[in-house]
Amino acid sequence: MSVDRARLPALGADPLLRFPEIRRHTLDNGLRVWTIEHAAVPLVSFLAMLSTGAAVDPPDRPGLAAITSDMLDEGCGDLDAMELHDALGRIGGHLDSEIGSDAIILTLSSLARYADRASALLADMVLRPRLDATDFHRVRQLRLNRLIQLRDLAPALADRAFARLLYGEHPYGHMPLGTEPSLQAVTLDEVARFHRMMFTPSRLVVIAAGDATHEALAAAVERAFGTWRPLAEAHHIDPTAWPLPPDPPDRLALLHRPGAAQSELRIGHVGAPRQTPDYHALVVLNIVLGGQFVSRINMNLREDKGYTYGARTSFDFRRAAGPFVLNASVQSEVTVDAVLEALDELQAIRGPRPVTAAELGAGRAALTRGYPRNFETAEQISRGAAQLALFDLPDDYFSTFVPKVLAVDEAAVTRVAEQYIDPSRLLTVIVGDREKVAPALPRLNLGAASELAPV
Amino acid sequence: MNIPYSRHTLDNGLDVLVHEDHGCPIVAVNLWYHVGSKNETPGRTGFAHLFEHLMFEGSQHYNKGYFQPLQEAGALLNGSTNADRTNYWEVVPTNALELALWMESDRMGYLLPALTDAKFENQREVVLNERRQNYENRPYGFAGMAMMAALYPPDHPYSWMTIGAAEDIRAARLDDVRAFFQTYYRPANASLALAGDVDTETAIELATRYFAELESGDTPPAVHATAPARYTAERRLVLEDRVELPRLYIVWHSPAIFAEDDAELDLVAEVLASGKTSRLYRSLVYDDRMATEIAASQNSRELSGYFQVVATAAPGRTLTQLARAIDDAVAHFIDEGPNPPEIERCQAQAEANFVYRLQTVGGFGGKSDQLNAYNVFIGDPGFFERDLDRYRRVTATSMQRTARDWLAPDRRVLLSLVPRGRPDLALAGSEPVAVS
Repeated sequence: MSVDRARLPALGADPLLRFPEIRRHTLDNGLRVWTIEHAAVPLVSFLAMLSTGAAVDPPDRPGLAAITSDMLDEGCGDLDAMELHDALGRIGGHLDSEIGSDAIILTLSSLARYADRASALLADMVLRPRLDATDFHRVRQLRLNRLIQLRDLAPALADRAFARLLYGEHPYGHMPLGTEPSLQAVTLDEVARFHRMMFTPSRLVVIAAGDATHEALAAAVERAFGTWRPLAEAHHIDPTAWPLPPDPPDRLALLHRPGAAQSELRIGHVGAPRQTPDYHALVVLNIVLGGQFVSRINMNLREDKGYTYGARTSFDFRRAAGPFVLNASVQSEVTVDAVLEALDELQAIRGPRPVTAAELGAGRAALTRGYPRNFETAEQISRGAAQLALFDLPDDYFSTFVPKVLAVDEAAVTRVAEQYIDPSRLLTVIVGDREKVAPALPRLNLGAASELAPV
Repeated sequence: MNIPYSRHTLDNGLDVLVHEDHGCPIVAVNLWYHVGSKNETPGRTGFAHLFEHLMFEGSQHYNKGYFQPLQEAGALLNGSTNADRTNYWEVVPTNALELALWMESDRMGYLLPALTDAKFENQREVVLNERRQNYENRPYGFAGMAMMAALYPPDHPYSWMTIGAAEDIRAARLDDVRAFFQTYYRPANASLALAGDVDTETAIELATRYFAELESGDTPPAVHATAPARYTAERRLVLEDRVELPRLYIVWHSPAIFAEDDAELDLVAEVLASGKTSRLYRSLVYDDRMATEIAASQNSRELSGYFQVVATAAPGRTLTQLARAIDDAVAHFIDEGPNPPEIERCQAQAEANFVYRLQTVGGFGGKSDQLNAYNVFIGDPGFFERDLDRYRRVTATSMQRTARDWLAPDRRVLLSLVPRGRPDLALAGSEPVAVS
């Protein structure tokens, strides 16, 4: 049969996706245990998520949650740090720890035949870290050294300046890593108290997934975590009650990096919380605006102008309203032109050039047809499930995603663009070479640029 | 670990590999062209990668960009270039497999009619910005270029990085693109792997339908590269960069991918510097705290490999101290070999890493990419179990011997990467190098 190259082949019907069954239990101590069977490869993964993160750092101790989570694998239970990592190595373990504003997530994967051992080691780390002084001083010094190295990393400088200017004293105004004065001052007692107060069964969910039965996975978790009796009562933390920060006084900020080959850009303002009823409409808006390769922002700044290797936008959905941000690294000489194009796109999608039927169809289809890809590996499924736990999403969340996205129409996209992107409030942060950038800045009409001190 | 597959070679020489995995309704399409930056010549570096960009700009029968129809069909897609090969992949829902094959075959057969000066100039700017973002504007970003240039003679194709020299990228011309395409983008120089929720018969039928009509073309010229002479003396270099903490790179020549001693050196790297229990992490970071980070790796490529150890000095500590501690650890390993717990750990980790890599059908890594790697480099897509066996067979004695054979203290390059204006922080006797 010869090939018809006059037109692209039709897709036919979308395949049916069977969503993995998540079985949910709650142990007597209040810990939630979710299990997912996934037999593709002989691996299991245990994900422990604490639903508080860097946002609960005390105002004078940015970095406390992160250094506490960093101490978890520095020895626990009967094992010192070396013995713990030796044990992890012997089961083919992969330990990954992440800290965000809203959550601390530890994931331990191992060969399936070692599921019990993996669960026990994870429980030791989460429940019984040794918090030894020698380890603490070493870990603190490594984090201070990391801060020193980040002084030369433009994306890190931009992220930090953007968060600080946008959120100020709000819990989202600092990076999880913290600051030098705070890390210098933090004590082991503070770490121990943080661990005692925050690591309580009611804040923790353990998601076990992989090549084992629901029963075996649940039993492995219960054996390891079931005897846990918390030392402190969990006090309720409600990020949605935190007052949102006022808009920053300056709309343009420049951090001078002499000789920089590119300018690192962050343009945005406070966005929306994950629980917004407009979530699906915002996801569709973003994919059209800057959420994938063929989005308006990338096609303009990269494929039309050649200003950058890539540009994108995102709504960072958190428990409280996270940032909406456009993010790109552009050739120094065209910095102001790139910002003007970006600002124009952010304005245009609200009305002057609203989303078209073709863009809407393509954006929705990319989201819905691409959805099955999120359910290939046990760890992907666990991470998806963790989102349900973190944001209190309904049990049928996965199966309602596609119909809800398909229900978003052009009017909804334009409405959320108007409501959630406000050009008069956008903050523009530029990390780049002042000599190359500053002369053209008045063309932005954003007022005088506040010059940021290097950190 | 058995990954069943079928191989079917079309008349034009294209290998089609199919692996069924019905766990998730997706299929990975993974296409390797056996061409990379090692097929370039001095003065024309960076070209294979620039060319890869042009493959996403449309072809004769769909000339509106490569991404649009595929992203609209729910695909994730990308491509990458290294010294030895260029790969392109899509992970698509099952109903878009035919679309992906239509698109891949159209750019394999009919790229040039759609090529324009405007596309070419645009992507040249994009690539220059990629170079600025990932190398020029990034701390320690020039280390790789300095090291490769020191490790190989200037006419050896591994002496430059895949991203290439900025002046070479600027000097590239549209005519070069045409010649490159006609030389290397041939069915017989490619390997197509399809892995996922598709039956083998259908997959081969579809691949045949879309690719069989393409002409096989001439065999690409062989790469001319004499094996680099191994160093007979230590070479010390210093490079200044916008960094706060000095970093030391120690590099040795090492065996090619899948060659004898390759697996052993992988595990030597694991024992030396992977994880907190590794020898160098323990002594340099954990106990003495002279380093903030440490890494070691066996980087095996088609013509030859390099083994490297990288350590960053803690504030107030010197690269001289790091070099001495690393030398001691390597010498000790060569003298006594790994101990039984180290062997047990590194073999368990090797097995687990192998399984982790094969969790997905595609993307960067995953089963389809691995099938192509085995097929292109050794002509055996079913090499999985034998590959793992290379690691199972490693013994304390064989690790000790390979470390002694390859990691000699007098046959290596030491690169001190130091903050600007502080060449005094380099190892004694280092000669300055310039990279841009």
